[in-house]
Amino acid sequence: MQDGVENPLLAVRNLRTYFHTFSGTVRAVNDVSFEIGEGEVMGLVGESGGGKSVVGFSILGLIDSPGKIEGGEILLGGRDLVTAGEDHLRKVRGREISMIFQDPMTSLNPLHTVGRQMDEVLRLHSDLDASARHKACIEMLESVGISHAAERLKAYPHQFSGGMRQRVVIAIALLAGPRLIIADEPTTALDVTIQSQILKLMRRQIASKGASMILITHDLAVVSEMADHITVLYCGNVVERGRTRDLIETPAHPYTRGLIDSIPDTTERLDRLSQIPGSVPDIRNLPAGCNFRDRCPRAQALCAEKEPVLTPQHGSLMAACHFPLKPGDRA
Amino acid sequence: MTDTPMLQVRNLQMHFPIGGGILDRLRIDARGLRMENPVVHAVNGVSFQIKHGEIMALVGESGCGKSTVAKSIARIYKPTAGKVLVEGEDIAEHDFAAMLPVRAKMQMIFQDPYASLNPRQRVRDIVAEPLLEQTKDAQDRKDVPARIEALLAKVGLNAEHAGRYPHQFSGGQRQRIGIARALSVTPGLIVADEPVSALDVSIQAQILNLMKDLRDEFGLAYLFISHDLSVVHHIADHVGVMYLGFMVENAPRDVLFSRPRHPYTRALLSAAPSIKAKRDVAEIELKGEVPSALDLPSGCCFRTRCPFAWERCAAERPVLQEVGEGQTVACHLIDAPERDIA
Amino acid sequence: MSGFLSSEFFHNYKRSSSAVIGSALMAFFAFAVIAGPFLVSQNPYDIASLDLMDSYKPPVWLQGGDPRFWLGTDGQGRDVWASILYGARISVFIGLVAMIASCVIGTFLGLVAGFYGGLVDSIIMRIADIQLSFPSILIALFLMSAVGTGVDKVLIALTAVGWVVYARTVRGSTLSEIKKEYVQAAKVAGLPNHKIIRKHVLPNVLTPLIVIATIQVGTFVLIEASLSFLGVGVPITQPSLGLLIKNGFDVLFSGLWWTSVFPGFAIMMLVFGINLFGDFLRDELNPRLK
Repeated sequence: MQDGVENPLLAVRNLRTYFHTFSGTVRAVNDVSFEIGEGEVMGLVGESGGGKSVVGFSILGLIDSPGKIEGGEILLGGRDLVTAGEDHLRKVRGREISMIFQDPMTSLNPLHTVGRQMDEVLRLHSDLDASARHKACIEMLESVGISHAAERLKAYPHQFSGGMRQRVVIAIALLAGPRLIIADEPTTALDVTIQSQILKLMRRQIASKGASMILITHDLAVVSEMADHITVLYCGNVVERGRTRDLIETPAHPYTRGLIDSIPDTTERLDRLSQIPGSVPDIRNLPAGCNFRDRCPRAQALCAEKEPVLTPQHGSLMAACHFPLKPGDRA
Repeated sequence: MTDTPMLQVRNLQMHFPIGGGILDRLRIDARGLRMENPVVHAVNGVSFQIKHGEIMALVGESGCGKSTVAKSIARIYKPTAGKVLVEGEDIAEHDFAAMLPVRAKMQMIFQDPYASLNPRQRVRDIVAEPLLEQTKDAQDRKDVPARIEALLAKVGLNAEHAGRYPHQFSGGQRQRIGIARALSVTPGLIVADEPVSALDVSIQAQILNLMKDLRDEFGLAYLFISHDLSVVHHIADHVGVMYLGFMVENAPRDVLFSRPRHPYTRALLSAAPSIKAKRDVAEIELKGEVPSALDLPSGCCFRTRCPFAWERCAAERPVLQEVGEGQTVACHLIDAPERDIA
Repeated sequence: MSGFLSSEFFHNYKRSSSAVIGSALMAFFAFAVIAGPFLVSQNPYDIASLDLMDSYKPPVWLQGGDPRFWLGTDGQGRDVWASILYGARISVFIGLVAMIASCVIGTFLGLVAGFYGGLVDSIIMRIADIQLSFPSILIALFLMSAVGTGVDKVLIALTAVGWVVYARTVRGSTLSEIKKEYVQAAKVAGLPNHKIIRKHVLPNVLTPLIVIATIQVGTFVLIEASLSFLGVGVPITQPSLGLLIKNGFDVLFSGLWWTSVFPGFAIMMLVFGINLFGDFLRDELNPRLK
């Protein structure tokens, strides 16, 4: 798996991003590590408050006060983005790493035509002249499935529907040929038939360009179809990671297991859904020991005393648990 | 338990005129001066029924009108046409006074746990509100606080939560408060508008289980609106599929999921991502975009995206036909099965 | 109380120099308005206590000054300092009362316009537009020619113009609140419209009004001062700070500056304090992103 990937494209090591608010310090990302190789899709999964969006913003250096990256490394091509200056980050954004946000309404400037926004990316990140840029924009729009591309370049964002807007956002993200795309809940706001089209499109584009992707989402079903490997976050910590099939079929961490079991599925017929009791703890006041212990069916005394660390499990899995599940275990 | 269904909806229609003053609507073009009256055709003749203790789901994507159906039934909007019968009584034309006793039979829970509770009200006042409107007698009103406490316990909250404000609770807990509010008048029908869509997956499971438990205990009927097919599969007895304000298919849950007939239903089912790697429904990929509700296509409203559409579909609007096992479908393919190439 | 002292609001208040200075100024004027007249020995509006021999005495630190009259006296022998205290009372009274009247009327109309929409909304908003095109001076002039001057006429003139900002703000907030689901839930619960407006919409539209109301008191004090300066404001018998400025204006260029300048300075400090504190409130109460 990725531990042992030769020359990973991106390596995040012991990342810590904290927010210092009046009511306490929020440890949104608390010692998170993972690696992505070239051409791989990694799913970053967790529920709200898990810290997954903050990881994406930290990689791009988009954390504003009162947040701050407190420690760790983000290695892209050998250079640590945490210590690199704003100038280097600006070169990286858009050209090497680009981001797709959740809401296509707010990620496009309503006052500029689509063509202008696309052109801007190429002007900043390539050496093409005006007519070459125009041609590249048309080709990109067509490849994301927008017909009459030349005319559509002159249109404004509000003249597109939600699904089309997200295609434009994807086109912009791919335009400068980035090596890594961070997609933060790219299809959550879309209808399921549109979502299916967009996901297929993203898969095609990434494969054809050899790019990698971090797919940030709470939707395990989407990630199980798109990702090569998955990292699961809970309250700012990585609780499990591994190749997709291993994680989905035989998860080691009780949280992952609970999450998978609580998803209703059209092939099963259950009277009651298995549920994770309780609710996510207040991230300003995390319990001692393991963050998940108050809701875990397997918790024992040790869990309240000692924080578990990521250790290799069966298959490709790493899990942070004192009493992890083995294949064949009932939860 | 009588034979009268809890809810019967007959040809429900909701059309919203788009505002704009007189000057906004004036148009001058080659045909001269005219006044436009654009109308959003949100719901176009929907019919179904729900028996006591049954859960009926309405599914569809954004703009299909399912939320509007829910709000018309709950009389947040007044239907433009059609009948809505609550235990046999048509409430479509009722005024405020006539609706008040009906409010004790039918309540609603909403999608957004952050917007569905008044941030300035304490939990106990939120939960008691529908009940207090029904209870005007001073003696009966004395019993209300005890009832509120019992309700909070029933939905998994405790007495000390009663004095707090909504912002002190999580999304899942707020949804529970909303459910307690709806239960306060012991209704027979709860209209649930996307009640779990805004919740995390693990909380979603809790709320769905709670709703089912309450149905088993109180014999509640639900009209469950959702865009999520897997949630619907878990909770519904019957499923109605909506598109552009029309009901295109309606069937018992198992029949719909195993033998969907309408091309749109089939596309929906095949598009939904699933954790299990295999999918048993043949993939139907839809092209194009949903047409505008201001200007419905002639004939079948789905024909602009349907892979099977032919001339009849543009000429004639299909009506719901029985195809056995309680399943009804509105599609011309029923009469021309040879065209179904899937 | 301890909850307030440990709150984020109080924490930010302590750190904001404009908030602390602004509220200190306001507190000073509040004190002056309530207790002031009891602290000075002379009531400048009691003719019996005046002595023409004391007229036009300069401030105490200048030659010819009299230690009884710190800031000097005017043409009638009135102590400028005492006049300021009495005048501030009138100015603040007018500012506060006009603000409250504007707020009540404007909020009510804004709620009705936003909630019911349609024709009612159009009518109210058109009246608001018309109202804004009349400067309050015009209304005051009209009233004076019709029914004479007086504190009540000033109040009417100010309120006639002042209600519009509340109506507009409340209408906007109402439009956004009634789309929220808790309002729909109240409808489904069977609440009649007036109860929905009172219990649900009103409490949730009040927050932005706090800032508007605070700053409007200052605005009204200034407008009233202008009206009085032009002679269409308060009557001579109840001189506000503005009228004091006017009274001293006639002799300003003879070198007898203190009767005009000190009241002017007082208005300036009052309004400045209000604006400082109002700015702080605006930033504090601004709903931040979650």
